Amino acid sequence: MSPIVKLLAQRIALSLLLLLLISVVIFAGTIVLPGDVAQSILGQSATPEALANLRAELGVNDPPVQRYFAWLFGAMQGDLGTALTSGQDIAQALSSRFWNTLFLAFWAAVVAVPLAIFLGLLAVRFKDRWPDKMISAVTLASISIPEFLIGYVLMYFIAVKLRWFPSVAMVNDSMGLFDKLNAIALPIAVLTLVVLAHMMRMTRAAILNVMQSAYIETAELKGLNAFQVIYRHAFPNAIAPIVNVVMLNLAYLVVGVVVIEVVFVYPGMGQYLVDHVSKRDVPVVQACGLIFAAVYIGLNMIADIVAILSNPRLRHPK
Amino acid sequence: MSDTLLKVRDLKIGATIYPPGERPRDIEIVHGVSFDLAPGKVLGLIGESGAGKSTIGLASMAYGRGGVKITGGEVWVNGRNILKGGHKDIRKLRGAEVTYVSQSAAASFNPAKKIMDQVVEAAVEQKKFSRKDAEARARVLFAKLGLPDPDNIGERYPHQVSGGQLQRCMTALALCPEPDLVVFDEPTTALDVTTQIDVLMAIKEAIRDTGVAALYITHDLAVVAQVSDDIMVLRMGNTVEYGNVDQIINNPQEEYTKALVSVRSIEHEEKAPTEEPVLSVRNITARYKGTQFDVLHNVNVDLYPGQTLAVVGESGSGKSTLARVITGLLPPREGEIEFAGRTLSPDLKGRTREDLRELQMIYQMADVAMNPRQTVGTIIGRPLEFYFGMRGSEKKKRIIELLDEIELGEKFMDRYPAELSGGQKQRVCIARSLAAKPKMIICDEVTSALDPLVADGILKLLLDLQKIEDVAYLFITHDLATVRAISDNIAVMYQGKVQRYGGKSKVLSPPFDDYTDLLLSSVPEMKLGWLEEVIAHRKMESAGN
Repeated sequence: MSPIVKLLAQRIALSLLLLLLISVVIFAGTIVLPGDVAQSILGQSATPEALANLRAELGVNDPPVQRYFAWLFGAMQGDLGTALTSGQDIAQALSSRFWNTLFLAFWAAVVAVPLAIFLGLLAVRFKDRWPDKMISAVTLASISIPEFLIGYVLMYFIAVKLRWFPSVAMVNDSMGLFDKLNAIALPIAVLTLVVLAHMMRMTRAAILNVMQSAYIETAELKGLNAFQVIYRHAFPNAIAPIVNVVMLNLAYLVVGVVVIEVVFVYPGMGQYLVDHVSKRDVPVVQACGLIFAAVYIGLNMIADIVAILSNPRLRHPK
Repeated sequence: MSDTLLKVRDLKIGATIYPPGERPRDIEIVHGVSFDLAPGKVLGLIGESGAGKSTIGLASMAYGRGGVKITGGEVWVNGRNILKGGHKDIRKLRGAEVTYVSQSAAASFNPAKKIMDQVVEAAVEQKKFSRKDAEARARVLFAKLGLPDPDNIGERYPHQVSGGQLQRCMTALALCPEPDLVVFDEPTTALDVTTQIDVLMAIKEAIRDTGVAALYITHDLAVVAQVSDDIMVLRMGNTVEYGNVDQIINNPQEEYTKALVSVRSIEHEEKAPTEEPVLSVRNITARYKGTQFDVLHNVNVDLYPGQTLAVVGESGSGKSTLARVITGLLPPREGEIEFAGRTLSPDLKGRTREDLRELQMIYQMADVAMNPRQTVGTIIGRPLEFYFGMRGSEKKKRIIELLDEIELGEKFMDRYPAELSGGQKQRVCIARSLAAKPKMIICDEVTSALDPLVADGILKLLLDLQKIEDVAYLFITHDLATVRAISDNIAVMYQGKVQRYGGKSKVLSPPFDDYTDLLLSSVPEMKLGWLEEVIAHRKMESAGN
């Protein structure tokens, strides 16, 4: 087996192992959490018999190991159980919200990633001159302001005063793509501002690091202009760290949009999770946790795979 | 076009330096240098580090490395003063009229791109050739430079070819756009001597066949004598002597040039082996963890008290691995190390403090072998505390004694490594190892990073100290001149085996085995026409076989 295939197989196996461990942590964590779902369903005035009956019905009394494996095998087949509070099938309830979250994250990434890399390249080209300093200042300012504040400020000026985009990001299946994009324009803008600085600064640092190399001098002495040097010679060698930070931010876009979804009343997974945490609906919390973990691990795995593939020594062994 | 291709007049170059704890300030590093270069001629720029030779070479492309700036004078290329041109004019010059070959091709090729893409890039970008013509030209150059499989080698990535091959690819890169001038900046310095000679010949023939002019920058006068028409000797940014190659080599006028020509003045009489060796390496076979092949095969050598054993070989010969085995950093697969009448534990962890004290080591890179935040006194005092428990005035007295022995003196006690020159740093490392009163010191390429005159001083010091302290040296080096200067016994290593072993006079006298012959005959000699003689001799021999 060639070394690169072995490395990739190792990396993928490691990710699966990690996901398995996380599932244990999520399950154990939700068990030790205080609170009693039966109590929260029936309310304070419930009789002890009624509570005991409901607990037996919900399977809360079974040994934890047995419940874990039942849950794990169910999850592997796409059965995430039923919500305790509403009796709904979780997988069904989640799927449309999960796609909504991915939809928002995808379009935020489409805007943010190329913009961040372009600004990073621009900052390198004008290193320590005013464009570099201005890019740094603006992106740092935007990351320092809490995202809900940016959300409300944009809402006030752009939605209420200027009336360019709607302030509430309501989407449903009957809307066309253009209508949907129009609805989520403001959340995309906020998310972009939040993730831009990190990616842009990492791109700048990675490329500047490569710019110290002797082969950059060779390229300059070939008479190439500054953008050719950066784009052709520095960028290909800076891919691995850039992809790494991009993937981390993509994971944040999927997992961390809870606040934005609440601010803009967007029907995504984050809002669903928040609702059910407050109701102590354990299966829903477990299911959301597992999906978020899978997204995080999956994206980071992709970053590592790209890093392995972008190394010419591994791609073209002697 | 005028009959001078490159005309440099009163060139002044400055830089901003950042001394620790002080304000940055501007200094001048080249103080008004002038020379002319006619089309098709080769000018050698020679000097020690800090002489400004690379800086001058790059100035002919209007380039300043790091914070280096051209502050005055004129540089005329093909009748234009390039220092007066704007960015666009300079970009048109670079990679088209003037090209550059750097010391380390391995670092100067982009690891992420195929060799061919990089070789033709300048020619295509500067619109000298179409991509197709440039590739055809590159293949012709690959063949001319003696690269294997010239039709396909361009499809490889830089890490897939050897260092010597990559240096030739770099030469092809420089010649591909049909420039008028190539700046060769120490193009063979990083190569082994047996590789250097081939690359040198390839460069020389390529210069002759293409009629290109060249600036050839090196610290090695013997090398520059083989390729140049004229030579300029530089020292600390000033011209010391400027003349044709015959005059500089055979009739130098200035004291400094004479010293460069006659360097390696050390004479050292070979000592006969005494009865009991201090170190016996017995049947050592070793390999690195996780690899499938041995890097040392059944190595046997002896080192006698107060004598020097030189272990000589090229990169990959296993000479540094042998040092790692002796110090216990790499436990061998088979064999034993006997030291001072006892068998040493193969692993460093199993050795006593006495074992450690009696076997010291000095490294190639003196500046990374010292803690930059400790003073010279602390650095030398540490082994005195650690091995002998010395304190206070007793320790101070001994530190001063040691500083006197390495010819630096008491005033260096409170200095930091960053305030010392390369040679002074290596002297401090020597004092630190002597502080332990060892029976033996392993010297791993201790003079390789130093300029020839400075290296000479270090070797003389080591020989003097050997007489005073009666210490034995295991001297690891790739430099045969160093070996001649200091050794009593020599072991020639090749591919992990001891190829030839014995007293200095025996090892360095014929009849030779094939490898030792190749190695010895590859060392450049300070003689005009030496390169052609060796190549002609080798061709005759291979024709005879």
